[in-house]
Amino acid sequence: MRAPRPKVALAAVAVAALAVAGCAESNRDEGSSESKKDTLVFGVAGDPKVLDPSLASDGESFRVSRQIFETLVSAEEGGTKPVPGLAESWTPDATGTVWTFKLRSGVKFHDGTDFNAEAVCINFDRWYNAKGLMQSPDVTAYWQDVMGGFAKNESPDLPPSLFKSCTVKDATTVDLAFTRVSSKVPSALMLTAFGIHSPKALQQYDASNVTGSATDIKYPSYATEHPTGTGPYKFKSWDVANKTVTLERNDDFSGGPKAKIKTLIYKTISDENARKQALRSGDIQGYDLVGPADVEPLKGEGFNVLTRPAFNVLYLAINQKGNPKLADLKVRQAIAHALNRQALVDSKLPPGAKVALNFLPDTVEGFNGEVTKYDYNPEKAKQLLAEAGASNLTLKFHYPTEVTRPYMPNPKDIFELLSADLKAVGINVQAIPLKWSPDYLNATTSGSAHDLHFLGWTGDYGDAYNFIGTFFDRPKDEWGYNNPALFEKFKKADTTADQAARVALYKELNADIMNFLPGVPISHSPPALVFAKDVTGIKASPLTDEKFETAEFK
Amino acid sequence: MFRFIVRRLLQLIPTLFGLSILLFIWLRRLPGGPETAILGERGTPEMRAAIRRNLGLDEPILVQYGRFMRRMLQLDLGTSISTKREVTTEFLQRFPGTVELTVMAMVIAIGVGIPLGYLAARRRGRFLDHASVAGSLIGICIPVFFLAYVLKAIFAESLGWFPSSGRQDPTIEATRVTNFFVLDGLLTREWDAAADAIWHLVLPGIALASIPLAIIVRITRASVLEVLGEDFVRTAEAKGLTESTVRRRHVLRNAMLPVATSIGLLTGGLLSGAVLTETVFAFSGIGAFVADSISQRDYPVLMGFIMIIAVMYVLVNLLVDVSYSIIDPRVRVR
Repeated sequence: MRAPRPKVALAAVAVAALAVAGCAESNRDEGSSESKKDTLVFGVAGDPKVLDPSLASDGESFRVSRQIFETLVSAEEGGTKPVPGLAESWTPDATGTVWTFKLRSGVKFHDGTDFNAEAVCINFDRWYNAKGLMQSPDVTAYWQDVMGGFAKNESPDLPPSLFKSCTVKDATTVDLAFTRVSSKVPSALMLTAFGIHSPKALQQYDASNVTGSATDIKYPSYATEHPTGTGPYKFKSWDVANKTVTLERNDDFSGGPKAKIKTLIYKTISDENARKQALRSGDIQGYDLVGPADVEPLKGEGFNVLTRPAFNVLYLAINQKGNPKLADLKVRQAIAHALNRQALVDSKLPPGAKVALNFLPDTVEGFNGEVTKYDYNPEKAKQLLAEAGASNLTLKFHYPTEVTRPYMPNPKDIFELLSADLKAVGINVQAIPLKWSPDYLNATTSGSAHDLHFLGWTGDYGDAYNFIGTFFDRPKDEWGYNNPALFEKFKKADTTADQAARVALYKELNADIMNFLPGVPISHSPPALVFAKDVTGIKASPLTDEKFETAEFK
Repeated sequence: MFRFIVRRLLQLIPTLFGLSILLFIWLRRLPGGPETAILGERGTPEMRAAIRRNLGLDEPILVQYGRFMRRMLQLDLGTSISTKREVTTEFLQRFPGTVELTVMAMVIAIGVGIPLGYLAARRRGRFLDHASVAGSLIGICIPVFFLAYVLKAIFAESLGWFPSSGRQDPTIEATRVTNFFVLDGLLTREWDAAADAIWHLVLPGIALASIPLAIIVRITRASVLEVLGEDFVRTAEAKGLTESTVRRRHVLRNAMLPVATSIGLLTGGLLSGAVLTETVFAFSGIGAFVADSISQRDYPVLMGFIMIIAVMYVLVNLLVDVSYSIIDPRVRVR
């Protein structure tokens, strides 16, 4: 067999290339080239999963949809307090179960249709009347987290719905009725998952038509190609192959000043060092999740490093079920006294981090500075252990690997410091490192084989229940205790409509928790984000709700 | 030749069947599941159980495998648990990136490796030979991620010659046709988009090429040395052929057989995902996506991707076998 001539092959390729050239048309608008100063590229750690926030449960999806959608209730800039969003004001009735929202007028959706009371009810009805796969916990996670169930629950596991009905009073007034008083209203309505969509777009793109089977869920095109809200930026494109989402300024934005930067692009760079290099080389003009060790160097180089007010907590959880010794309060107190939390904060956490007094950061109402405090006191710890007859205690200490969280930048370092403190008072530590997802999370939140582990939480919205209620309002495998008096008090706080009275209950609860000491709150750390030297106008938000419409190039 | 190709393709069936069983069992034996990855620290045991039930993960493994196979036979790979997009769609969006990167790396590795290996052999014992042997040793030893960081630090951060991440500048409005960015730029005559995509390939291409380049240099050198000592080379020289004819017709051609084999294997290896390079350069390819899917326990994506990659691997090697007969007409594939 004679070998084919390379020249023939080359010619064939050239002919083929000429044949296909011209098959494809450019989609470019003529003259669409824009100055780079009109565009801000922001580096993020992961791709969004979906752009319809009603179906999202991950931070990256919410990050993008926050710019596209507005919610009835918004968070104050740089804080967590509820302030007017699409609603100008809200008031509960005497029972605390019906809330009247007065809406902003003159608001238009990105598709040009009007925002009004009817649009709000269409959105709530869409969530509440969800059927089939829309009731799956991985599809409507945040609705289920806040509201429980649906109009007609299709699974016996679903709790009854907190939401009851939405009634249009007039074009700019709407009544939201709930089945009971709850601490979640109105704060939780600031969650991006409750962003208000254009009813026309919802219908046009069949937004609730989640198809497939339970094992094989498919989102409708609305969720990935046509998200339509009233926010400062409009969706332009999602280039999955290039890991970018491009948004364009909404020239009709009425919720504040029109965005100064025309195009906002989110670019996924999962590696932290790669994000830093991309900023330095000018590929991107800002990024989130700055490594704690990079904060000072980047500041030194002149970059604008912004520190978010801490809205998280890192805690050491003590499981009372697996090891009977840990059910003894004295042993738990000894553990708390053994830990040198200040040294940990000073050496391992980013600048601005604080030792935690409560399981709640002091940025949230209900924080109580007058709780029982557990100072670093190894002698006292030894004495308490001796009194409890637990001088020769061995504890299985789980810690996660291959993860950083905003509250926990370097788990292994944290583990080493904490376990050295415990060993110093005579506690034997059996180290159990596990891969964060899913092994660690599984091991520490179910069963009772874990004596000690650390975990944390970043708040969703500015209500204390979102922190302490999440941890302690019911029996959980993570802690392994049953404390009916505590659970009852949580229930009371959750169903107290009066804000001041509820805050007072939260303070009491914080005191009770620190007396009962189910675990030891360790620290609150402020996560940082960074912008290029010439980008100004952005204020860091504890909820990662930075307003890009105020950003500009110097 | 035709029968040979058909037979090799038929061999794919039992290979894939065996692989699917092994993979399925291995994935299900990994501790944890997608429910924890989906819910994070926010999940309760009840919520996790509900998701497991919905995904059918509480059923016996045979039932789950049966469902997978039924789908597979209809060429349906299912949808990703985390993105809810079809696995095929995910693949078609990410695989072109890996192919472009692999092609770039192999062009560099072959383009530099074969001439360098040949020259090293011809100048055996001289400086160039020592330099290329030492260089290839360094190429094999240096960790790819380290090289990637160094390349970025010098050529992207300090000098600013090349972009540090991604496949294309996102401010360029590029039309997507095939998701092969370079090809798309050529097809749509968006020359700037094509050039920018090539520009983005340079640094990751060099980083990824380091190991194959080193291997190709060494194999070429050894193989050329062996051929140079053969009788037929001496005969060719003795009968008065010019040096370039001897080199082209007799030396290189005979020396290329082992090189071609290694190129096939190396290409297959690169195609199966250059996880580190893709992660460091935030390059959207299958390597980084598969790594993410493992931590997410995204079973359909992992099953689908690995099955497709297995098919590709077999096909690349088939191509190499066929290429033997072109390089060396004495080889008959049967």
